[in-house]
Amino acid sequence: MSSVAVIDYGMGNLHSIAKALQHAAPEVDVQIVSDADMILRADRVVFPGVGAIRDCMQALNQSGLSAVIQSVAKTKPLLGICLGMQALLTDSEENGITNGLGILPGHVVRFSDDLKDSDGNKLKIPHMGWNQVHQKPHPLWNKIPQDSRFYFVHSYYAIPDDLSVVSGTTDYPGAFASALALDNVFAVQFHPEKSQAVGLKLLTNFLHWDGLV
Amino acid sequence: MSLAKRIIPCLDVDNGRVVKGVKFVDIRDAGDPVEVARRYDREGADEITFLDITATHDNRDTIVHVVEQVASEVFIPLTVGGGIRTLDDIRRMLNAGADKVGINSAAVANPEFVREAAERFGSQCIVVAIDAKKVSQPGEADRWEIFTHGGRKATGIEAIGWAKKMVGYGAGEILLTSMDRDGTREGFDLRLTRAISEAVTVPVIASGGVGCLDHLADGVIEGKADAVLAASIFHFAEYTIQQAKEHMATRGIEMRL
Repeated sequence: MSSVAVIDYGMGNLHSIAKALQHAAPEVDVQIVSDADMILRADRVVFPGVGAIRDCMQALNQSGLSAVIQSVAKTKPLLGICLGMQALLTDSEENGITNGLGILPGHVVRFSDDLKDSDGNKLKIPHMGWNQVHQKPHPLWNKIPQDSRFYFVHSYYAIPDDLSVVSGTTDYPGAFASALALDNVFAVQFHPEKSQAVGLKLLTNFLHWDGLV
Repeated sequence: MSLAKRIIPCLDVDNGRVVKGVKFVDIRDAGDPVEVARRYDREGADEITFLDITATHDNRDTIVHVVEQVASEVFIPLTVGGGIRTLDDIRRMLNAGADKVGINSAAVANPEFVREAAERFGSQCIVVAIDAKKVSQPGEADRWEIFTHGGRKATGIEAIGWAKKMVGYGAGEILLTSMDRDGTREGFDLRLTRAISEAVTVPVIASGGVGCLDHLADGVIEGKADAVLAASIFHFAEYTIQQAKEHMATRGIEMRL
């Protein structure tokens, strides 16, 4: 039986993601864990996150989990979700400038306050709701229709230094990177655990992924 | 490609059953909440909101069990409102599988509660529910005020300023109900919806008064709402969510079909 560890570092509610993983692949052992050894022993690791980046990084640094995630990122399939994606970058402009894990070189910035859609209507922040993701080829998109809609809730987004790591883009109103991929690391700005059938399919794909592209 | 507008069916839950009244009388039974939520998920609901209207404190565990059951098989965002007064209430709902909580009377009684909740759990899960009623007379400039306790208790608080204040305190979304329209099937209060939506930076969900599919589209097009909430037109199977989405799309609204 393969296992997936959902990293618990005291930020937010992990039940949704654990339930969705279990539903996506009933044969997989889903563990919500904060223990470094258990995370390192798991076959795959999910790094979720909601809230503010400074609290997130503080919790990771104090618990020693930063080093654990660095290690996982070199060795086995890792899925970053929402704030768990943003924390993989070099830094974020949220809460002043907050340093991230630097696994994916690049920066996290806020949507500007004066965005308008094509009809001239003000765009709201957070970017909240179902938006389309334009995929680039990757095993995690297997059998998910191109431009499917996923559920987003965020006010900040990632700008990677190397655009070749962008695996999906979304318009709000300009295109931003909604999925990043580098070797055995995959990260998404949306919430697959809240994105109904296509989200569950992405989780199933992750739980069967060997980390190769 | 752009962000879709959302349709959110709302389940008023009383002692573990879905109910719907017209202006808070004539409560009709509309079924088992878990069954109803499953159906809405199949029909393509973008989110589901549960409003716990159970009067007695003792029976509040019922809604927790409903949310737990729904969250284990329905993978779209779930919001729970009704009786959320403490950080512990929020924690219980999130642990049960809710993604957001709606705060209404407790925000009016103590606005700082919204700030504390947003700091503790993140703005993304804090929805401030506003029940507003028009108080200006015909011919006067529009003025809406906040009412609590199902529209029975006036607060004298002006609605647009209140919505802005709540966003400043960390509300991630506003659920706006017109008490004049709720249960009437005459359509949203579009002037109210537009005034609030244009005044705040966060998404606004329009609620109260939907009687037909055009009302949903009007809420988005004229009311500038980011999402529309309705209960009775879906509960009694007059329309499916899918029909509603297709209708809105024919009016030129971006939908998740």
